[in-house]
Amino acid sequence: MKLKLPNPGLDDRIPSHADLEKLEVEEADSRPKWDNKTQYMLTCVGFCVGLGNVWRFPYLCQSHGGGAFMIPFLILLVLEGIPLLHLEFAIGQRLRSGSVGVWGAIHPCLAGVGVASMMVSFMVGMYYNTIIAWVMWYFFNSFQDPLPWSQCPLNENMTGVVSECAGSSSVDYFWYRETLNTSASIEDSGGLQWWIVLSLVCAWAVLYVCCIRGIETTGKAVYVTSTLPYVVLTIFLIRGLTLKGSTSGIVFLFTPKLEELMDPKTWLDAGAQVFYSFSLAFGGLISFSSYNSVHNNCEQDAVIISVINGFTSVYAAIVIYSIIGFRATATFDACLNGNILALLNAFDLPEGSISESNYDETFSRLNGTSPDVIQGLNLATCDLQTFLSQGVEGTGLAFIVFTEAITKMPVSPLWAVLFFIMLFCLGLSTMFGSIEGCVVPLQDLNIFPKRWPKEALTGVVCLVSFGLALIFAQGSGNYWLALFDGFAGSVPLLIIAFCEMMAVSYIYGIDRFNEDIEFMIGHKPNIFWQVTWRVISPLLVFLIFVFYLATTATQELTYITWNPEYDDFPNLETRFYPQWMYAIIFILAGVPALMIPFVAVYKLIQIYCYGTKDNAYDTKSSVSSVSAKVQLSEIRT
Amino acid sequence: MLSLLLLLLSLPPALALECSKDHQDGYQVRLSIKTALGDQAYDWNESELFLFKATIAFAMRKYTKNETYDVSNIVVCNETPRVSFWFIVVNPENPTLAITKTRVEEAVRVSRNRINNAFLLTDKTLEFLGIPPTLATPVTPATPPWLIVFGVVIGAVCAGIVALLISSFVRGKRANKAKEFAEEDDQAKGADKGISGETFEDRNGVYNQAFSDDDRFTQL
Repeated sequence: MKLKLPNPGLDDRIPSHADLEKLEVEEADSRPKWDNKTQYMLTCVGFCVGLGNVWRFPYLCQSHGGGAFMIPFLILLVLEGIPLLHLEFAIGQRLRSGSVGVWGAIHPCLAGVGVASMMVSFMVGMYYNTIIAWVMWYFFNSFQDPLPWSQCPLNENMTGVVSECAGSSSVDYFWYRETLNTSASIEDSGGLQWWIVLSLVCAWAVLYVCCIRGIETTGKAVYVTSTLPYVVLTIFLIRGLTLKGSTSGIVFLFTPKLEELMDPKTWLDAGAQVFYSFSLAFGGLISFSSYNSVHNNCEQDAVIISVINGFTSVYAAIVIYSIIGFRATATFDACLNGNILALLNAFDLPEGSISESNYDETFSRLNGTSPDVIQGLNLATCDLQTFLSQGVEGTGLAFIVFTEAITKMPVSPLWAVLFFIMLFCLGLSTMFGSIEGCVVPLQDLNIFPKRWPKEALTGVVCLVSFGLALIFAQGSGNYWLALFDGFAGSVPLLIIAFCEMMAVSYIYGIDRFNEDIEFMIGHKPNIFWQVTWRVISPLLVFLIFVFYLATTATQELTYITWNPEYDDFPNLETRFYPQWMYAIIFILAGVPALMIPFVAVYKLIQIYCYGTKDNAYDTKSSVSSVSAKVQLSEIRT
Repeated sequence: MLSLLLLLLSLPPALALECSKDHQDGYQVRLSIKTALGDQAYDWNESELFLFKATIAFAMRKYTKNETYDVSNIVVCNETPRVSFWFIVVNPENPTLAITKTRVEEAVRVSRNRINNAFLLTDKTLEFLGIPPTLATPVTPATPPWLIVFGVVIGAVCAGIVALLISSFVRGKRANKAKEFAEEDDQAKGADKGISGETFEDRNGVYNQAFSDDDRFTQL
């Protein structure tokens, strides 16, 4: 009754249950293994919990109705995140291979899914590590008092500050000028910024030293990189709650606006956030799961990791918004005091006659008596809500808003160091999964000679990625990164995830999958999993994909730039991408996705024209004889 | 005629001495004592004004190096409850002549720090409207601090990479050697295991000399 596409030869390509039991008992498997369950859980948590939990979720939460956003987020977490996670864990644990191996085993034509995963892992890893390089640059600069982004540098004749800094702010200037040295448009390359190149070298070197022997080394590294962010978040929470104005930030974050639930964009953003937050379709999770013992309870793992991921998002949102609340209150106070000073100076009133409490009435009284003077003063409008909603996302949150908040705290260098260590750990643990999703398929595809040790393979991947990531070290690097983030890490993942679910449910066969899970963990997956794997989750992913395509196709392709000559400086200028950029966008978004049909067609031709059987599993011998069916190592005589 | 001339001569000095707002050689000063000192703010009174006049006189003396300025040479007017006022510096020899704006500005800039400290204020809270503050040159260390931290981190990482690569290499060599020994022993004891029907825990087992050479050539 259940729909299943014909899939001949599947049993030859995958280890049977008996094979798996034997592998389990004899431990004759040459694959690496986790030292203990903790390492595996920490690695998966680290891969899932990343920078997005800290700087994307809080922004989404606040901009889509605060507390009300929790509803679509939690619903989609359960309907989309947990099933997909369980699927990837189970298939990896069952088929005991990386992404290329797994999909290739299910059907040779599906190897393209694995290849697409590998390409996406590679491209995302490239730009993600550049963000880590920026974090490291800020980290290096945090060991001084006063912090370099707390004050504007002086101009040549020492009479004032640099005009670009005076026009914007010291944090903006430090980010756009002294860190990125950003050019005004993406066409203007601006040359390589040597300090960013050094930071990139450092970031890739640290990643290499942690990934050098695969999970043997990352398994040790995750004890620090996965736990430290929680420690730092707690420290910041305690620090944040003791600052003035923090509660207004948290209240602002969670104030529910239930009418936002009517807007489909809220649900779309929630679904997309759940999807990207779980680092699905990268191939890393399948790989990590394949190193487990066969009878590991992957169902429990999936639920636990999803819960931890959701909890971390909410926890990080609370911490971030307590600090944003503090910053907004400080900015509001400064704004108000600036206005009060202007009024005192203009009307020569004694100090202290206007305070925050009587500002409004005094202002209206003065406006009534001499409105023209008030006009001439150009007083700024100070609204706390505006400052709170200035809560930005992404790099703007980490490198501009949060760094500004840190400068207002006592003992700023300490908080800066802690904050950037946390971001570094969050990013690095995600990179482990990315590297895994790149290196293991390369091994499976036999692109490099088999006798090359893992260290060499990882080294080559890191070196090539570093070389290509030099694009992001240019003056226009920030714009290239935004481009990659928008197109390489979005559409292909949705397509891959959809294909994964279709492959497991309908090509591998949901019946067989259910039996596998029963063999592995002892009981068949219940109706919830059946419904979500076969209908709900694919549908949700498909809907997100369609909506995403619709919104991207209808809007013009623009990007925002930092241009000191812009009329509306310091606001960011919106510019159109040049024509040749469309080709690049197509390469980023289209090529990984197109790998799936391309490899499928290639394999089809290979099978039907040359008649070669692609036995992904049967590596012991390709000779069809008695010895091929029986394990050779058993025979002594 | 003569009396008219005397009258005319006496008029300009009277005009010059008159300190007024927006006088061409005057400066407006604004103090924000409460902002700067909070609870420890002092009240602005005649004595404080006297101190101010004295500091300006000191500044003029220091700048000109010989001319003896006195508090009476500093003319103040237009005091407001904001604590702001205008002042003009007049020539000690000829009290009818005001010192030019630029000279006063330069004198104040030279001694700005001393003037500020006399009142426990800063450039922002003791404002001379029109005189930009001389900002202190920031201390730039020889090596940027970030380069030092970078050096430490990259050094540690490189040491880690080298250590891990060497240990991998050593481990690989050791495994190769062990495998060579194991293979030799395996081939030597192949028949032994099968015949006796035991599976030895130790792969090396007992070396049976009788079958050592034969088994090397009889294999499945």
